[in-house]
Amino acid sequence: MVTRKEIDATSGTETTGHEWDGIKELNTPLPRWWLWVLYATIIWSVGYWVLYPAWPTLTGYTQGVLNQSQRDDVAKAVQALKSERAELGQKLAAASLEQIEANPDLLQFAREAGKSAFGDNCATCHGSGAQGFKGYPNLNDDVWLWGGKLEDIKRTIVVGVRSTHPETRLSAMPAFGRDKLLETAQINDLTEYVVSLSGAKADAQAVARVTTLYAEQCASCHGADGKGLREFGAPNLTDKEWLYGGTREEIKAQIVNARGGVMPTWGQRLDPITIDALAVYVHSLGGGE
Amino acid sequence: MVAPITSTVKAVAAETEALAADGVHRIDARATNSAALRRDYVARVPIYPKLVNGQFRLLKWVGMAAMLGLYYALPWVRWDRGPNAPDQAVLVDLVRERFYFFWIEIWPQEVYYLTGLLILASLFLFFVTALFGRVWCGYACPQTVWTDLYIMVERLVEGDRNERIRLDKSPWTLDKLGRKSAKHAIWLLIAAATGGAWIFYFHDAPTLAANLFKGTADATAYLFLGILTFATYWFAGHMREQVCTYMCPWPRIQAALIDRETLMVTYRTDRGEPRGPHKKGQPWEGRGHCIDCNQCVAACPMGIDIRDGEQLECINCALCIDACDAVMKRVGLPTGLIAYDTPQNIERRTKCERPHFTFVRPRVILYAAALVAVAAVMLFGLSTRATIDLNVLRDRNPNFVQLSDGSVRNAYTVKVMNRTAKARDFSLAIEGLQGFSVKIIGFEDVKLPVKVAVDADRLRTLRVLLTMPGDRLSAKSLPVVFTVSGDGETRTNATMFLSDGGER
Repeated sequence: MVTRKEIDATSGTETTGHEWDGIKELNTPLPRWWLWVLYATIIWSVGYWVLYPAWPTLTGYTQGVLNQSQRDDVAKAVQALKSERAELGQKLAAASLEQIEANPDLLQFAREAGKSAFGDNCATCHGSGAQGFKGYPNLNDDVWLWGGKLEDIKRTIVVGVRSTHPETRLSAMPAFGRDKLLETAQINDLTEYVVSLSGAKADAQAVARVTTLYAEQCASCHGADGKGLREFGAPNLTDKEWLYGGTREEIKAQIVNARGGVMPTWGQRLDPITIDALAVYVHSLGGGE
Repeated sequence: MVAPITSTVKAVAAETEALAADGVHRIDARATNSAALRRDYVARVPIYPKLVNGQFRLLKWVGMAAMLGLYYALPWVRWDRGPNAPDQAVLVDLVRERFYFFWIEIWPQEVYYLTGLLILASLFLFFVTALFGRVWCGYACPQTVWTDLYIMVERLVEGDRNERIRLDKSPWTLDKLGRKSAKHAIWLLIAAATGGAWIFYFHDAPTLAANLFKGTADATAYLFLGILTFATYWFAGHMREQVCTYMCPWPRIQAALIDRETLMVTYRTDRGEPRGPHKKGQPWEGRGHCIDCNQCVAACPMGIDIRDGEQLECINCALCIDACDAVMKRVGLPTGLIAYDTPQNIERRTKCERPHFTFVRPRVILYAAALVAVAAVMLFGLSTRATIDLNVLRDRNPNFVQLSDGSVRNAYTVKVMNRTAKARDFSLAIEGLQGFSVKIIGFEDVKLPVKVAVDADRLRTLRVLLTMPGDRLSAKSLPVVFTVSGDGETRTNATMFLSDGGER
């Protein structure tokens, strides 16, 4: 218990009365500016309680006389942004996709809006640069399973691929190996045939063995020449692009398992202007068709 | 002649009526911020600068009027730039991302001009400091100018030094309350006008002024008005010399820029010492000319004693020169006991050598050379500045795209700028590659060079796709040059065409 105040002779400051090995602890007062800031924040907080939501109550919280809500603020900000973009948005909605691409201002606006929507919705599968991954198409190249014209791209975005939309883009290749439709030897020969289609070296005897089999089983969708058929979403087998890879193993795996990707329908999730912007953006990546 | 610390800290003593010389009162003024008297961790001891009259005070009045006049008036100066551009001569347009300075219009892409301007300003400051010491601090620094203005207001409302000391020591009366409130009200008005003028540099001044008073201006305008009003009021009204002594880095930096030949406000110790009161009729021989009247201390807004020599706190405002010169005239001695002089000259006089000024010194030449070099680069840049510009950004994600026939495509974002007030047609050429084909989004059948129309004062972004046949890819990286030209101006941008180099 400290019963009397002790003033340190050197500094003129009161001590706390604590002493260790002859060293006494000074009770230096807080810097005045610091104290004033503390008082100011206390006064500030009182004003804050009155004006803004502050205290929890049993059923909710005190609202504050300003009736401020961050949720409303966000909604307002979103609305403000929308109305700020409304002018160009209206023009975008009124213009055809081709007109959008021909008008520098609209193209710029659509590309910016499309890029942002692409990042939010599409980049998960197609990649942030739309470069694609194995099984997920690259949107920068010139291979368009369902068509690369502006309207085709828009349609694909709206209905999706193998989606829940009634008019979805749909193609289904039989899983020749998994469902035991063909023998392993036949599949091996077919692999050689597909390899030969794109001009690579292949076992000529194997190719000769399955020419008829290809015509029976594959040509209906991929075409007799292997160039694919857009109506069925069947890929061109003669080009240098392979969605699931172009090595023998990868081609064989595709004949065995017949994988097909799924793209959701965006028609109900995104507004028409965003879909237009997305179509223009995707088309502008590589120039589409 | 050092007063006990405790009495200095507690209060500024009443001025005594002792005589320093015939007709000159000795002021019991204490240099509260001098090295001998200042103490850490104590409240600020108020300083009551006494009004002086003289050539430097006059220079400071004129300088203050000119600089404040320029600051307040500049946003209101108009400059016709045609129908689609603002007509404010000096405008930092953050919304439209342009900086206007009379005939110059700077785009955000050209922010290096601002860097150049700042380098130029600092070099000029170095140069002037090396020659004349802290003239920036003494005459031109906003902290000095506004503090001077605030002290002037204080003097008008509360009176000069003695009246102010008396008023502060007196109990609170209606008169004191009235004077103090009037002073703070005028200070706040000046502060608001200062902050107000600042925000006018960022918006059309007449429009913003009207909106400010109607209450319809942007919230940021009021915010910055508030911040700058507070800062001005607090810095010039309350913190004053503490800003220079504790907050500002310049007093520290300037120590590295000056030398023994730099002009500084100097007390000529060789002439002044030994100091002491002078009785009428007493000879001046065998003693110094300083009569220790303390007028220089009373005039000092920094609360220091110039007779202590060169010190960090001294802003070289030269008011002590005016104070001393007036006294010297009264006692019939030549003026200039305190004057702009150099430490080297004091030494020369002590050694009975002829004092002189050496303005051409290696340090001065170096600063001048750097100044000229940067100014030349800036001038060259500004005079050869094109009204068109070109930026080419190659897509990096993906770096390149292989097409179905084995050819490879690179995509480029090409930005063409038109910095004039009229729409123009530019010609875009792409060279350096052999056998490529080109596609521009939104363009039909591109044939190089292609015509690109850009609106007035706008930037147009093109997406350009270059495709090379697989068998023409001799290397993983091939050079390609974009060129945009129009009205005799040309800008080029060299970039790369990337591929796997034909390796499959």
